[in-house]
Amino acid sequence: MAAMSEERFAAMRQSIVSGAPDTAGGLAHEALTSGIAPLDAINSGFVLGMHDVGEQFAHGQMFLPDMMASAEAMRAAMAVLEPELTKLGKSRPMAGIVVLGTTKGDIHEIGKILVGTMLTANGFRVHDLGVDVSGDRFAAKAREVGADIVGVSALLTTTMRNQKGVIESLEKAGLRSQVKVMVGGAPVSRGWAEQIGADGYAKDAMSAVTLARELMEQKTQASAKEPA
Amino acid sequence: MRPKFQLLNNALVERIIGEAFELIKNPGVRVAPYVFDLLRGAGIEVKDGVAHIPESVARKALESVPRAFFLYDRKGEAVVRYEGDTVHFDPGSSCLNILDPATQQARPALAADLVRLVQVAEMLPQFAAQSTAMVCDDVPPEIGDWYRLLLVLWYSEKPVVTGAFSAASLHTLLELITIESGGAGALRQRPRAVFDVCPSPPLNWSEFASQNLVDLARAGVPAEIVSMPLAGATAPVTLAGSVVQHAAECISGITIHQLAQPGAPIVWGGAPAIFDMRTGKTPMGAIETAMLDVACAEVGKYFGLPTHAYLVAGDGSVVDAQVEMESGMSALLGALAGVNMISGAGMLDFLACHSIEKLVIDAEAIASAQRLIEGIEPRTESLAREMFAKTGLQGDFLKLKETRALFREEQHFPSAVIDRGLSTIKDAGAGVLERAHQRVEELVLTYERRSLGPGREQEMIAFAQREGRNAGLEGLPGIVCPEHSALA
Repeated sequence: MAAMSEERFAAMRQSIVSGAPDTAGGLAHEALTSGIAPLDAINSGFVLGMHDVGEQFAHGQMFLPDMMASAEAMRAAMAVLEPELTKLGKSRPMAGIVVLGTTKGDIHEIGKILVGTMLTANGFRVHDLGVDVSGDRFAAKAREVGADIVGVSALLTTTMRNQKGVIESLEKAGLRSQVKVMVGGAPVSRGWAEQIGADGYAKDAMSAVTLARELMEQKTQASAKEPA
Repeated sequence: MRPKFQLLNNALVERIIGEAFELIKNPGVRVAPYVFDLLRGAGIEVKDGVAHIPESVARKALESVPRAFFLYDRKGEAVVRYEGDTVHFDPGSSCLNILDPATQQARPALAADLVRLVQVAEMLPQFAAQSTAMVCDDVPPEIGDWYRLLLVLWYSEKPVVTGAFSAASLHTLLELITIESGGAGALRQRPRAVFDVCPSPPLNWSEFASQNLVDLARAGVPAEIVSMPLAGATAPVTLAGSVVQHAAECISGITIHQLAQPGAPIVWGGAPAIFDMRTGKTPMGAIETAMLDVACAEVGKYFGLPTHAYLVAGDGSVVDAQVEMESGMSALLGALAGVNMISGAGMLDFLACHSIEKLVIDAEAIASAQRLIEGIEPRTESLAREMFAKTGLQGDFLKLKETRALFREEQHFPSAVIDRGLSTIKDAGAGVLERAHQRVEELVLTYERRSLGPGREQEMIAFAQREGRNAGLEGLPGIVCPEHSALA
């Protein structure tokens, strides 16, 4: 039985690496009918696949279209497993709450989708506002969901400037001290992030996960230091 | 014979055009409400913000585009000819950062940096036109677009490749250039600038872009479409597929433009690029990006239209062998393809950064490309026979009067940026960056600004001060002019 489960977990993992949504969805269904706990299927199967994908992408062995396909496969598996988790009154341990979006005037979202996918796969709860998002909308959503992190993407040099506007909106809303801001996108650099007062810059989806974890750690440390 | 480089044969160009006409009909092109009535008036169906343009309407628009037009310098001379296979270069545009000349580290560009770049480009004959090359960080963002133009018009006499950042600010830019030109009539007759207008890929003429097309057409000021398919991300992954999308964006843009004012000048242009599947970046120095640019221009040429491309840019973050290899190669391809205006020189780091040192190195690559397209000419009646008759087997060609008369036509002499072992170069043995730095210093020192005349200068200053104050700008960064004591 254990060996069979191991085999199933390996297949789940592989379905993500192969970027096969139908297989992933099918394996998720099979897991439920064969009595595998949904959380086990996620943590011992599908999420490991996403880790492999991230790893291979970071080493230049996988490419963005492969990663998009893996993200699709992950979504297909989660669409089956998450309702079951809810029914059981369970949830995955949550790494943090992230509000994501592409900045005002910019309609490009490939990078942001990848970041959202990798963050979700790594236990973050992601609220994706889509594209052409104003600073005020970022701030309102951050307040509504109690965001730990706001992630702002931009593809164009002309819209990259609006990332600064998002930080200003968070300041205006009195949220800046509670929310970490990370920025990314093709023209964005570490220097630019520092210049506009963001808390971090990630060059790709995998490093966005590492950065998000670091920012959560900083938040935890900062709140531990706060007087009771 | 003028050497020429071609990537597409006629059959493939016709397939590309055929599919482009299909695309603008179905799925159609997203357009802004600003042009709904204009398009419907021409019998184009506009439904849910999408225009379905019939081929017949688009073809009629393509026919009314002027096949040639000039840009004029401040003296009123026609110095840029958008036509046929003429080739011109201008620096890359609208960059946010500059490589600091002292540290060679990227930092936000300031007005003083743009002034310096304009002065250097003014002194380099390789650049037929200036561009509004940088967005200045010491100027409020909402006036960033017209302020660049102010600085370029103030310090340059060359034509300008520029563009607005919004629908409303186009009118501020037009007002500024109208003052500089001495009135709307003069601007229309002898346009000093061409305005870039960018559709959003795929197939979307946004509110800002739609409006810019129409307003430029009606003002009689040349527009330049800068279509930017990113192959594999915002456009089909195949180069041929992306060229189709580029053609569809250009054809639909031209249709809007020509419906607003038939016969208004417009350029078939773009900044297409591949999308790097490892990083999501858009490498401007990739050979496939250059191939896209050349192929897109070839389609424009098939219609006989003026053309533009974005080349001579590199992707590394410092001025090094990689960046210059990429820039030099694409300068050569653009020139061989006969693209009328080639933008991009000076830029690196995926167009995120400008470098004035790179600009002067690029100028050398451009000069070589310009020499190449002059080709090999038979300049003497006999090619070699008569010269041999004079010198025999002695081989004293150096003494021949033909040598003295013709060597300047045959050979291009690069500046000291290129190491040809000239012993007078300061710091012999210095690297190319150091030589480029010296060249920049020399050019800036020898640059002399010519006044526009007191009346126009006063008017421009008053305009800039008024518009600047409205945006909270103190003074006019970058403008130094003793005649206007308030600014000195």
